[in-house]
Amino acid sequence: MKLSALHQSYLNRRSSNFRGLSGDSSADGSMKSQASVFWLVLHGLCCLVSLVLGFRFSRLVFFLLFSPSTTTNLYSMPFRQAVEASVFQLSTEAANQVLPVNTTTPRVVVGRHGIRIRPWPHPDPVEVMKAHRIIERVQREQRAQFGVKAPRTLIAVTPTYVRTFQTLHMTGVMHSLMLVPYDLVWIVVEAGGVTNETTSLIAKSGLRNIHVGFNERMPNSWANRHRLEAKMRLHALKIIREEKLDGIVIFVDDSNMHSMELFDEIQNVKWIGALSVGILAHSNSAEESSFSLAWKEADNSVIPVQGPACNSSNRLIGWHTFNSLPFLEKSATHIDDRGIILPRKLEWAGFVLNSRLLWKDFTDKPMWMKDLDLFDGVDDMESPLLLLNDASVVEPLGRCGLQVMLWWLRVEARSDSKFPPGWVIDPPLEITVPSKHTPWPDALPELPMSDKIVDAQGETLAVKRPGKTRRSRSKHDARNKRKHESRNAEVDISEKQTKQN
Amino acid sequence: MKMLTNIWRLILFGFLCTVFPSMEPMRTGAIKLHRTQPTERISGSAGDVLDDDPVGRLKVFVYELPSKYNKKILQKDQRCLTHMFAAEIFMHRFLLSSAVRTLNPEEADWFYTPVYTTCDLTPNGLPLPFKSPRMMRSAIQLISSNWPYWNRSEGADHFFLVPHDFGACFHYQEEKAIERGILPLLQRATLVQTFGQRNHVCLKEGSITIPPYAPPQKMQAHLIDEKTPRSIFVYFRGLFYDVGNDPEGGYYARGARAAVWENFKDNPLFDVSTKHPTTYYEDMQRAIFCLCPLGWAPWSPRLVEAVIFGCIPVIIADDIVLPFADAIPWEEIGVFVDEKDVPNLDTILTSIPVEVILRKQRLLANPSMKQAMLFPQPAQPGDAFHQVLNGLARKLPHDRSMVYLKPGQKILNWTAGPIGDLKPW
Repeated sequence: MKLSALHQSYLNRRSSNFRGLSGDSSADGSMKSQASVFWLVLHGLCCLVSLVLGFRFSRLVFFLLFSPSTTTNLYSMPFRQAVEASVFQLSTEAANQVLPVNTTTPRVVVGRHGIRIRPWPHPDPVEVMKAHRIIERVQREQRAQFGVKAPRTLIAVTPTYVRTFQTLHMTGVMHSLMLVPYDLVWIVVEAGGVTNETTSLIAKSGLRNIHVGFNERMPNSWANRHRLEAKMRLHALKIIREEKLDGIVIFVDDSNMHSMELFDEIQNVKWIGALSVGILAHSNSAEESSFSLAWKEADNSVIPVQGPACNSSNRLIGWHTFNSLPFLEKSATHIDDRGIILPRKLEWAGFVLNSRLLWKDFTDKPMWMKDLDLFDGVDDMESPLLLLNDASVVEPLGRCGLQVMLWWLRVEARSDSKFPPGWVIDPPLEITVPSKHTPWPDALPELPMSDKIVDAQGETLAVKRPGKTRRSRSKHDARNKRKHESRNAEVDISEKQTKQN
Repeated sequence: MKMLTNIWRLILFGFLCTVFPSMEPMRTGAIKLHRTQPTERISGSAGDVLDDDPVGRLKVFVYELPSKYNKKILQKDQRCLTHMFAAEIFMHRFLLSSAVRTLNPEEADWFYTPVYTTCDLTPNGLPLPFKSPRMMRSAIQLISSNWPYWNRSEGADHFFLVPHDFGACFHYQEEKAIERGILPLLQRATLVQTFGQRNHVCLKEGSITIPPYAPPQKMQAHLIDEKTPRSIFVYFRGLFYDVGNDPEGGYYARGARAAVWENFKDNPLFDVSTKHPTTYYEDMQRAIFCLCPLGWAPWSPRLVEAVIFGCIPVIIADDIVLPFADAIPWEEIGVFVDEKDVPNLDTILTSIPVEVILRKQRLLANPSMKQAMLFPQPAQPGDAFHQVLNGLARKLPHDRSMVYLKPGQKILNWTAGPIGDLKPW
C-alpha cells in the first residue's frame, strides 16, 4: 500500500544508477551521441517487447541481472491464473524463491501467486437472503441494547372524515404508523359516523384499531373544524379511559407528517410531554405574492414552530407559538377559501400523555390532572393543557423542543369536490380527445409521406381490425359501453391512425 | 522452558485471583464508551490477563542513549509521531515516566534501548530501513561498551521495539527481508514488533506482537451514535492491485486482495472499493464485517480500527500472528479465512450462525479489548503499553542458565550479516 512509492523510488534509483554508469563511460563528446542513440534503440526495443508480453519486463531483467544473490534453487509453482498463462509462466520461474527456513517448510511462500476467481463470481441469491437475515438480527439486537429499554404501547388518536383528500392523508399516516417498531393501537374517530370507505382504508394497515363514529358532520369553516376535532379527541380519550388502555397517547392528525424519531422520543415521556411542531402554514391561494408578502411582513426571524420553550438549564419556562397576526387578514375561514390556513395557538398534535392519567381509579394519579368528565359540555378545548391544573409539569421532549419531528399541515380540496368512491374508476372514463401524433410503443411504424387526417370513415376501419381481441372505442362510439382499460383505448386509437396511413 | 513459564503463569494467575477478586473493567479510557452495551469477558489463554497490572511485577531500566539515536531523529521529522510506526517513540516516553522504571540497573529485570530505527522517512512518509541495521548495531555497541549488562547476557534480558514491516529484518520487501534475516546481534534479545507470521524468519520465538499505532483522538472524534443500525454487511477500503509495483497482480498480497475484488466487486453485500471516503471511520461503525487482508506485509492498522469501531475483523492472511496473541483469543473475536478460500468468502460469512456473530460483537464491545489496541497519551491502565509490559512480565523470571552467560562465553557473532551493516553509523 504505502510501500509502493518507496519501492518505485528504490527501483528508480537503481535504474538511474545504471544509466549514470553508462554516462560516465561515454565522457567523450563524440561518443555521447552514439551512447544516447544506443539507449534510445534499447529503450524502444524494450517497449516493443513489453507491448508483446503485456507487462514491464525491464524489472524482471534488472532482477535477474543485478540482484546480488540469486539463489540457485529456483522452481516454478503450479498456479492457475485467469489471464496470460504463458507470460505468467515466464514470471513465475524468475520470481519465486524457496524460503530458507530452519524448522518446518512453511505453508506460505513468497512470490507471485495466482488470483483465484471462482467460475461464476456473482452473488448467490440464497446467500444474499441469509446475509439480510443476519443484518436484520444484528439491527434488532442493536435496538434492544441501545434503544428504549421497556417500550410502551403507543395509542394514536386520529380524527378523520370522508372527503377527497382523506385517502391521501390517511395513507401517509397509516404508513408512518406501520413502520413504528413498537406496539400500537390506532383509535380512529370519524365525523359523520362510521363508513365503509374509512374502514377499508384502515383495514389495509393491519394495525390494531378502534374505529368509532362521531355523530356530528364536519363543518366547512376552519374554526368550527378545530372545535369538532377537539371534541372527537376527547371522545377518543374517554374510550381510552373505558377500555383502560395502557400506553402513551399521541394525537396523530391525518394530514400531519411524522418522522420515525418522534416515536422513539416520546417513549421518554413520564406523564405529559410537549414537542415542537413545525407549522407549514400553507396558502390555498394561487397568488404566491400575497403569502410571501405576509411572510416578509412578519418578522423574518420567525421560525414557524410551536412548542415548549426552555431556559438554559433545560427547564420549561413557556411556549413558542406561531405568530398568526400578520396572516389573519389573509387567512382562510372556509375550506374553499383562497387564504392561508392557520393553526391554533398550540396544536393538540404537539402533546403526548401517559394513558394512566385518564384512568378513573388510578391511585397514583397526580394532583394536577383534572377529570375528563369535567369537559363533557365544553365547546372548544384548545389544547390538552386545559386538562391540567398546573401547566408547569409538562415535560419538554426532543432536546427541549430543539428537534422538530412532526409537521402540521392542512390541505383540503374544495368542499364540493367529487371523487370516485374508493378511488376506483368505475365505469371507465370517456375519452374526449383522441391523440394523433404520439408514437405508442406497440404501434406499427408510420409511413413518412402519409396524410394524417381523421375522417368520419375512421370508425368503420376500426371495426374491421384483424386478430385483435381488444375492442376499439372512439368518440362516436359512446353507446358501446364495453369495459376495458383506458390505456387499451388509447392504443387502439393509434392503431386506427396507422391503419389509415 | 515453556512448561516452567506455564507453571509460573498459573501461580501468578492464582495469586492475582485471590488478591484482586473483582476484575470488572472500570476504565475511563481515551475512548469514551457507553456502558450500556452488554459485553463479554475476554478470557485469554491464561485467564483475564488483559486486566493485569504490570506494576510491581517487573522492573525496566531505560538506557540513556545520546540524543542522536532518538530525540534528534524525531526533531528532523515530526511525522514519526503520527505514522503507524510511532509505537517505538511513545513506548520510550511511556517508560520514562512509568512506575515500572527503575534507575538502578542492578535490580532491573529488563533493559530497554530507545533507538528510533523507523524514523528515516521519505518525502512521502515511508520509512527507509537501509540505515536501521547500522543504527541498531551502533546503539548496541554503545550499550555494550558503556554498561556491563549487555555482555552479561548478550542481550537476553534486553528488549527492543522494531515496528517496521518485517520487524528486525529491516527491509520492506519480503524476499530481501527473509534473505537478511533478523539482525544477528538481536538474536538473543526479545523483540517487540508488529510483524507476526508463523514459521517465518522474521518472527523469533518469544517475540511480543503489538498492534500498529493508530491515533486514538482521531478515532474517538469519529465515533457515531451506537443506535445507528449496522447496515453494511462487508466493508473494505484500500488497494486491490498495487499498480506502481505489481501491475500484473499476484504479487501484492499474494493475490488475495485481487481475488476479493474480482470475485466480489459486483456483490451488493460487499462494500469494497479503492476510493478513500471522508466517512471511513463512520462507515466502519455501520458495518458488520470489516476485511483485514494482508498487503505487502500481513499486518495492517485495519485490525485496530475494526476493533475500536466494533466491526468484526475478517483476517485474510495465512499463518498471521495477531497482537498479544497469548492474551487475546482472536479466534473467538475475528473470522479467519485462508487465502485460498477467498472466492468463497460470501458463503463463509453468511454461514456463520447469528449467535456466534452476536457473541463476537459482544466481545469486541468489551472496553478492555479496545483499550488493549491503543497507545493513548497519557497512558491508561489496560492499554497497549501495559499489555507489552504484561507480556514481558509473563516471561519472567529469567532462566538463569539460558539468560546469563558463563564468564568468557560468547554466543553472538559481531561480524555476521551483510558487509553494509558493519559500517559505522
